[in-house]
Amino acid sequence: MLQKKLMRKTLLWKILRHLGAIAALVLLGGLLSATLVRLAPGFDADERELDPSLNAESVRALRQSRAGEHNILSFYASYLRGAIHGDLGTSHALGQPVQNLLRERWLVTVRVAGIGLLLAWLLASTLAFTACLWRRSAYEILGTTVSGAFLCIPAAVLALLSVILNAPGYLAIALIVFPRIYRYSRNLLAKAYALPHITAARARGLGEVRILAWHVLPVAGPQMIALAGITVSIALGANIPVEALCGLPGIGQLAWQAALSRDLPLLVNLTVLVTLVTLLANSGADVMIHMLRPREA
Amino acid sequence: MNAARKLACIVVLAVCAVSLAANWLAPAGYAKQFREAPSAPPSHQHLLGTDEIGRDRFARVLYGTRISLLLAPAAALVSTLLAALVGGLAGYLGGIWLRLARGFTDLFLSLPWLFLLITVRALLPLNVSPLTSVLITFLILGLLGWAASARVLSTSADALRNSDFVLQARASGLHGPRLFFVHVLPNLKPVLYAQFWISIPVFILAEANLGILGLGVAEPLPSWGSLLRELEGLISFREEPWRLVPLLLLIIVMTSFQLLLSNEEVTA
Repeated sequence: MLQKKLMRKTLLWKILRHLGAIAALVLLGGLLSATLVRLAPGFDADERELDPSLNAESVRALRQSRAGEHNILSFYASYLRGAIHGDLGTSHALGQPVQNLLRERWLVTVRVAGIGLLLAWLLASTLAFTACLWRRSAYEILGTTVSGAFLCIPAAVLALLSVILNAPGYLAIALIVFPRIYRYSRNLLAKAYALPHITAARARGLGEVRILAWHVLPVAGPQMIALAGITVSIALGANIPVEALCGLPGIGQLAWQAALSRDLPLLVNLTVLVTLVTLLANSGADVMIHMLRPREA
Repeated sequence: MNAARKLACIVVLAVCAVSLAANWLAPAGYAKQFREAPSAPPSHQHLLGTDEIGRDRFARVLYGTRISLLLAPAAALVSTLLAALVGGLAGYLGGIWLRLARGFTDLFLSLPWLFLLITVRALLPLNVSPLTSVLITFLILGLLGWAASARVLSTSADALRNSDFVLQARASGLHGPRLFFVHVLPNLKPVLYAQFWISIPVFILAEANLGILGLGVAEPLPSWGSLLRELEGLISFREEPWRLVPLLLLIIVMTSFQLLLSNEEVTA
């Protein structure tokens, strides 16, 4: 009873510490992105100023609208004040409130990245598990060659190939993430299978499925959960070239447009969002590992 | 060294040698336009045909390979030195410095690498001379790619700080920069070399990604990224298979790098 209470307290403390670290890193990430944009050469340049139909007063008004962004600390403070009240600012390039843009696009990104991740995990774990169960060198060489080949192709090329072959964008994401999962999980499983107690279990006549479920997964499982957290970040990064080149109107494409047009409010929001999702995924994996550990003991 | 590693080493060296001999193998150069033969198929004059504006594709592949293969190691050197400075020093100093460095690297690592790269590259001037664009692209790769290596180095340096020989050196009166440069840094060499070699293929791929998205090396200078961008106009593989040569070359070189690095290094 006392041990259970202590475990719950440790878990709660771990979650609180993670949340504190996430909040600090997200805030710093937003500030870092805002500072980078502010320091960029030609930050003040606005294409709209080249419009010959605008008179001097309109150009002045345009410049005035960006005046608040010159002092980065005051810009960031006012951004945070607005964010607390649900106002994420307005995109300069697209002329729309940022929350509307995110609301319109998040579903596309979640669908593309989600299905892509699911396919990548299915393919990689099936290949890794079967390679460890069968232990045929030809099969292992095939898995290593296939994953190695995809590891050598840039994400943007896989996105281009999916356009040429009329394949869905999530397939490109799956092929970008798959080799990383396969390589890592294959090594983890191989190390777990090499442990002496697995050999002893085999000698006692335990079935392969039982060995996998009872003896291998508890050893390799925590690291595979951590890997799952990291793959969210890989998929998010891959979403940028995939959405930009496949013409998918998601957050990745929005990030691409925001970077090209140096759209400060949009870039800061996207950095905060991407950092938040990445950190939440990693922390979620950490907490899950912590929750599973006592059962092992 | 096993046979596969030997073969990989030979392939990388051969590709480097051929790309360095580009001036002799493709005397026309990468920018010369053969206006009478735009989008020409392979021939004796143009081994890989020409692009849409009549430039010899073989010459562009050779010069592009040279740029990517020479500058990726340069960027890897910058990132490894930065990692040694941040991670190595923080690990050696320990305490608050180590926690601060780890927080900073965590911040960098929490952002997807490609997102950070695209954002920073797009913020820098795009209408610059081709040579400046090459330097900007690879310098960004070097300056932004240090975080993962710094994390590894900080852990190694932290372990060294508490090792017996460092404690003995401290007890003998050695402190500060001398202890770091004479005893700690030389022992970090294997980790530094590993991080350097791991970074090269990563930076080659990153440059290719940037180039395809139009944020890499500026025209007319070729690089693997700008050469792969040509795939955008490809309708089917059967139509013009020779346009896939840069991709095949990239895959061959990257596979060779993978074979050169041991399994543990790749998955680290």
